[in-house]
Amino acid sequence: MTETAPKRPEFRNINALSDLPTYRLPPAGWVSILHRISGALMFLLLPFIIWMFDQSVSSEISFAKFKYAFNVGLGFAPGWFLKLIALALIWAYLHHLIAGVRHIYMDAHHAVTKEFGRSSAIATLSTSIALTLLLGAKLFGLY
Amino acid sequence: MTVNYGSKRVVVGAHYGLRDWLAQRITAALMALFTLLVLLQVVMGSGPIGYDKWAGIFSSQWMKALTFTIIVAMAYHVWVGVRDIWMDYIKPVAVRLSLQIFTLVWLVSCTGWAIQVLWRL
Repeated sequence: MTETAPKRPEFRNINALSDLPTYRLPPAGWVSILHRISGALMFLLLPFIIWMFDQSVSSEISFAKFKYAFNVGLGFAPGWFLKLIALALIWAYLHHLIAGVRHIYMDAHHAVTKEFGRSSAIATLSTSIALTLLLGAKLFGLY
Repeated sequence: MTVNYGSKRVVVGAHYGLRDWLAQRITAALMALFTLLVLLQVVMGSGPIGYDKWAGIFSSQWMKALTFTIIVAMAYHVWVGVRDIWMDYIKPVAVRLSLQIFTLVWLVSCTGWAIQVLWRL
């Protein structure tokens, strides 16, 4: 047996507080982790999403309440706060959708290159952020 | 080749999840197409979107049936995705099982609510 074989170093765990902030991710890595974070965010905010669907679609009165909630406020939550949550959801949906399309494209084309992985990741990040800014400006009434 | 069927298959082996892998992609594609469909209907016609136009999009029977399918597709999609998160980060079996049960309760409840909203339109 290989008793003389040197013991290889093991790295079983990374410390979330000391290692993650200094860990430099490539663009594709950012797309990947943000895909997961955006999905988790939409999962946790699912009741809010269905509440918006319920309010906006059920009746004229609930539609008016829906508008009031976003323009003025709902209970203790001011309107801008609801808009901020909606904006987070807009970003999450856009990023998840675009990263998902990239994912399916890569699944369908087995011969993707390292360069394509990088350029498509940058395209994903910039498109989702640009569209979020565009829709965010509309949401907050800048145009 | 490793046995990948029946009771002798390797529990920690790969490729047992092809069904979920494929289902996640199919449901994703369906949701993407549905997004386009709703967007098209929102964009069509001019003027601000009032209640009539917005609720009108979901009120026809074919759109209700389709939206129902998309809600179910979304629940399946989210189940696969969130379960992946738990499987990656949560190792103790009891904690992972509890979180998976929470996920299912959360998703089935939300699905029921969404369908109720849809069908009383």
